[in-house]
Amino acid sequence: MDELAEFQERARAWLSERSASFETVSGVAKAREFMAELHDAGFSGITWPKEYGGQGLGVAEERAFHKAAEGHSLPLAPFGIGLGMCGPTLVSIGTEEQKRRYVRPLLRGEEIWCQMFSEPGAGSDVASLQTKAVLDGDAWVVNGQKVWTTGAQFCDYGLLVARTDPDVPKHRGITMFVIDMHDPGVTVRPLRDMTGLSHFNEIFFDDVRVPLDQVVGEVNGGWQAAVTTLLHERVSIGTGRAGTQRAASFEALAERARAEGLTGDPSVREGLLDLYLQERAFDLFNARLSQEAKAGLHPGARGSISKLLLARLTLDSAAAAADLLGPLAYDPLEESSGGLDAEATARALTWAPGMALGGGTNEIMRNIIGERVLGLPREPQVDREIPFRDLKVGTQKETGR
Amino acid sequence: MNLLRTSEQNDLADAVRALLAADSPASRVREIADDPGTAFDPRLWGRLSGDLGVTGLLVAEEHGGAGAGLGEVAVVMEELGSSLAPLPYLASAILSAGAIGRLSGPETAARLLPGIAAGTTVATLALPSAPAPAATATGLLSGTLPNVAFGLQADLILVPAVRDGEPLLFAVEAGAPGLTRTPLTGLDPTASQARVVLDGTPGTLIGPAGDALAPVLDLAAVALAAEQLGVMRRCLTAIVDYAKIRVQFGRFIGSFQGVKHRLADMHCTLEQAESIVRYAAWAADHDPAELPVAAALAQSYVGPAAFEIARDHLLLHGGIGFTWEHDAHLYFKRAKAAQHLLGPTRVHRARLAAGLGLA
Repeated sequence: MDELAEFQERARAWLSERSASFETVSGVAKAREFMAELHDAGFSGITWPKEYGGQGLGVAEERAFHKAAEGHSLPLAPFGIGLGMCGPTLVSIGTEEQKRRYVRPLLRGEEIWCQMFSEPGAGSDVASLQTKAVLDGDAWVVNGQKVWTTGAQFCDYGLLVARTDPDVPKHRGITMFVIDMHDPGVTVRPLRDMTGLSHFNEIFFDDVRVPLDQVVGEVNGGWQAAVTTLLHERVSIGTGRAGTQRAASFEALAERARAEGLTGDPSVREGLLDLYLQERAFDLFNARLSQEAKAGLHPGARGSISKLLLARLTLDSAAAAADLLGPLAYDPLEESSGGLDAEATARALTWAPGMALGGGTNEIMRNIIGERVLGLPREPQVDREIPFRDLKVGTQKETGR
Repeated sequence: MNLLRTSEQNDLADAVRALLAADSPASRVREIADDPGTAFDPRLWGRLSGDLGVTGLLVAEEHGGAGAGLGEVAVVMEELGSSLAPLPYLASAILSAGAIGRLSGPETAARLLPGIAAGTTVATLALPSAPAPAATATGLLSGTLPNVAFGLQADLILVPAVRDGEPLLFAVEAGAPGLTRTPLTGLDPTASQARVVLDGTPGTLIGPAGDALAPVLDLAAVALAAEQLGVMRRCLTAIVDYAKIRVQFGRFIGSFQGVKHRLADMHCTLEQAESIVRYAAWAADHDPAELPVAAALAQSYVGPAAFEIARDHLLLHGGIGFTWEHDAHLYFKRAKAAQHLLGPTRVHRARLAAGLGLA
């Protein structure tokens, strides 16, 4: 057996022995325990540098682990932002001290990370953010508000981008910081979204003092880092969901239609066919993208295609499910059947806009595809050379001209 | 499942593309298309079959072919679609070669396939139509084939006919008595079509038709989807290039989101169509059980998508796209004609529905 096969076999054996005890439990504390065990066993941070707590192996090993993990549902959700976005950012542009201090605990689940970019006034246009950090002796003092932060209620650290120089154009006056989420000046408030639940948080900063050595990258050089981080996010949103179970899949709808004797209804059949075509086209595109990646061709901005298509599919399939079922009334006390029922459909329908908006709106995705995939010229930018303090930002109370 | 081209397939694409660029530029296509109903470029056909040998891709090696698969055929079809080359490749090298290869006895195959593989015989298959021509016990055929692709130029026409209620496939030679061929002016000026009338015309029995033809039509559906993909790709490239040089209101039109976002959506459609074509070609070569649904999927998705993109690429050009001298209308017309070549979209959707258990 070659080393790779041996690695995969070791992962498979470890997962079948250890993961069972974690798959049925929930809760962040249990998830942290799992991460620590995973790290001890040598499967956390497989491709990350050894000196910072990673395993120092290649993508082949990482792929082997994912293969071994197929069929297991691992409690990795709380660490997604840290592993997918914050960690890679620290490893690539953090200081030596930051890497030594933060990466290992991140990989062990001892410290959970969040990402604080969006603001009420800075959605698609993150660079117009208004949260400010002002230098005061031995620290930066942060004041402002962030929004759409996943998992902030149980996070230990977060990456923040804040305005450090309002006298230069918006992209040039931003700095990235590591924030201690347990600082008394940090207030985390759950944000109730249209599903009725709280998947995200708002975060308020009141005179939070951040030591100088917590700057990530250069002072006023935070924009490029943020862009790279967001590109990682889009790839993982689009391709990550491929093949995972969908609430309103074609197969679930078809099964329901067959059970109700509706497949003979031409409008039902045509609608189901449209959904099948959309779903199949998306899945096959994603499969091709991932085969290309395995062959060494990085998707780059084409990840945005995946994200846009998934947004459309999620919205369309949920609406199609609702149209098939009719009135979505259900008794909240009754146990869900787990199939395509009124409760699951209502959930899919109300969650779909969140999926479409998170990680960039459809309009932003189309801009990226147009400019970075097709190479079309950019929109003239009216705010590019204007000092930030002279810009109009966010929602203006008075209507524009 | 493999959705990536092999390096050999990429080389094949380069070779076909280079030949088409040299021998079938837009000016040559337009020259041929000026004679409606008869569009066919024999010189190009000779180079494609002689120099590249791609007319024999689907023919077994024992009959002078390459014994290759749909993966290779799809590569050729994509380039042909992209250039609008007026050639009977689908009719001869795919439908006819496929039908004879699968349905005929060894002697007939040995007699007919080498010429088709070499391109010296141009063959075509009349798609099943109602009423089907009738065949006598001695193989004399009578009836009308309303619309035969390259029926005017074909040396050999394969005719699905009925003898004693049994669907059978016959081969009719160009000089046969009682054969009348009339060129038709179709929507697409780059592909020749003819009405063929048989009146006691002798035919050679090839084999069974009816359901037996289904796998051949599935292969053709996948190959046609590859041609449609080529049409889409060329259209999108053309309009993206134009959006980068055309200025209105002091800006390149590609910088307007009204244009940019439509181009982005068109590109998404193209990427998905390409994935479906690769999958369907893979299924044709490696998983025949999946082929019927894959073929119906390919035509249901790629057929209408190619027309949408050809249409929008024309519209986004603005007024120049509506002129005769611009090539946009040629792609528009090819896309619509191709969408119905193997039956209108509703037929493919009905087959897809049946395959998915929705009928």
